[in-house]
Amino acid sequence: MEPIIEIKNLTHIYSPNTPFEQTALDNIDLTIYRGEYLGIIGRTGSGKSTLIQHLNGLMKPTAGQIFFEGQDIWSSKELTHSIRFQVGLVFQYPEYQLFEETVYKDIAYGPKNMKLDEAEIDRRVRRAADFAGLSDEVLERSPFELSGGQKRRVAIAGVIAMEPKVLILDEPTAGLDPAGSASILANIEAYRKANNATIIFVSHSMEDVARITDRLVVVSHGTLPYVGTPREVFSHGEDLEKLGLSVPAMNRVFSRVRAMGVNIDPAVYTVEQAKAAFLEAYRRREGV
Amino acid sequence: MSTIIKAENLTFSYADEPAGHPPVLKNINLEIESGSFVAILGHNGSGKSTLAKHINALLTPTEGKLWVEGLDTADPNNLLDIRGKVGMVFQNPDNQIVASVVEEDVAFGPENMGVPPGEIRERVDTALKMVGMYDLREHSPHLLSGGQKQRVAIAGIIAMMPRCIVLDEATAMLDPVGRKETVDTIRDLNEKYGMTVILITHHMDEAAQAQRLIVMASGQIIDDGPPKEVFQHVDTLRASGLSVPETVALLYELRQEGLDVPLDALSDEECAAILADLLK
Repeated sequence: MEPIIEIKNLTHIYSPNTPFEQTALDNIDLTIYRGEYLGIIGRTGSGKSTLIQHLNGLMKPTAGQIFFEGQDIWSSKELTHSIRFQVGLVFQYPEYQLFEETVYKDIAYGPKNMKLDEAEIDRRVRRAADFAGLSDEVLERSPFELSGGQKRRVAIAGVIAMEPKVLILDEPTAGLDPAGSASILANIEAYRKANNATIIFVSHSMEDVARITDRLVVVSHGTLPYVGTPREVFSHGEDLEKLGLSVPAMNRVFSRVRAMGVNIDPAVYTVEQAKAAFLEAYRRREGV
Repeated sequence: MSTIIKAENLTFSYADEPAGHPPVLKNINLEIESGSFVAILGHNGSGKSTLAKHINALLTPTEGKLWVEGLDTADPNNLLDIRGKVGMVFQNPDNQIVASVVEEDVAFGPENMGVPPGEIRERVDTALKMVGMYDLREHSPHLLSGGQKQRVAIAGIIAMMPRCIVLDEATAMLDPVGRKETVDTIRDLNEKYGMTVILITHHMDEAAQAQRLIVMASGQIIDDGPPKEVFQHVDTLRASGLSVPETVALLYELRQEGLDVPLDALSDEECAAILADLLK
């Protein structure tokens, strides 16, 4: 696996040398790989937002370094500027940040700032709209007359249009109904596959991260107590609960089944895994 | 039990909607019992928030009627009474906080209602105790967590002593701990104080905690019953852009494999008991 972002000894302190001094990130190390689907979980105030804003240079480390493709992103002004396009960040409730007259113009805002020519901007806007599940017909409408779910798609398309190598999404499905959430997650996955892009997905849903991410990072009190596959991270169920997090529903159910005296491995995290594990145990028992 | 909310043939369209556009709410008939805990589920754009806004007369029917304890919401003379009976909590806690001290924020509603100062003090203290925020009464609201802010917003509603509280996706912006705090608080209000609660949500696990679950799609009520019954209608819910709790999803999958399992397990315990039974 090829590293794309390396975080070394990252510390961030808000209001340093004042009575309000607060260490939001405390000496963090993390390597993020090209093409991986990385999940970030943590309570409100754990430092997740501070962490992701460092990855595209929106925030500057108090100490430590962020490397993008091997270069320190703060080593030159030009590099810091270019990182904003290569690492796309979709904030929570990004639909509140739409401002243009038409959907097309809103999506084109990023590529325009990249000083691309008209033809390239047009290609990118249409491709991004397609990835975000927006039809051509929507492009000429005002973003403000769209539904909440459609607006969210416009905001995501606006970041995708910069064709970032790393796409960070902070709770992209919050407030959407289950069908809308599933559809946006599928759009994100399509973008990852087509571009071998890295996806960093911040979520409060343990079920979602268990189902879709390759690797999980737990953020707590400005540190990363657990980093690993969802299976590895969720095996620390009790510790996660102490951190105000939880484990996926299927894991809780299977732990209970085991506690009821049934010999079954509780390490299942999705409905699909639970179904396979149950049927195997059931058929084994029937076969006897 | 008496009826607190009654809707009859309620239809609603926004005035600026182009002609031929389907109404947001179509011919809704509904009765909600006083003291009950009702959840409303529905896809984005299903009309559930529009219905909620009818309950405290923020919107009034284009056709049909809605009554709150017998008061017609379309009659402007009833407006003050209705707003006193039904309190609303919205999605974004930051948009609902008006004062710079928690207890002053909670006092805002009763002050506007002209409640005497001595009684305001009492109501504010009681409300803050009910939501577990009394110890933080002198804090600044903007330093609170999302869940704490929503509890302050709920206290502000309680201090107006409404008969019914409507929460319009009030947990959508909260983390799991904040969501649990908020849902536990409203369950308490319902169970201990008999307040009618109407909870609009996208979270199936929250909806599962209500006594009654109403499902809306395209401006109509398509399902209505105890959560244990409604969540068994897996195919209908999925066809309407909704889902079911994972416990039900697993049992549904096992049924597709030919196993004879019930579908009504909403809690981890119930689901585990069904699975353990089959494996013992």
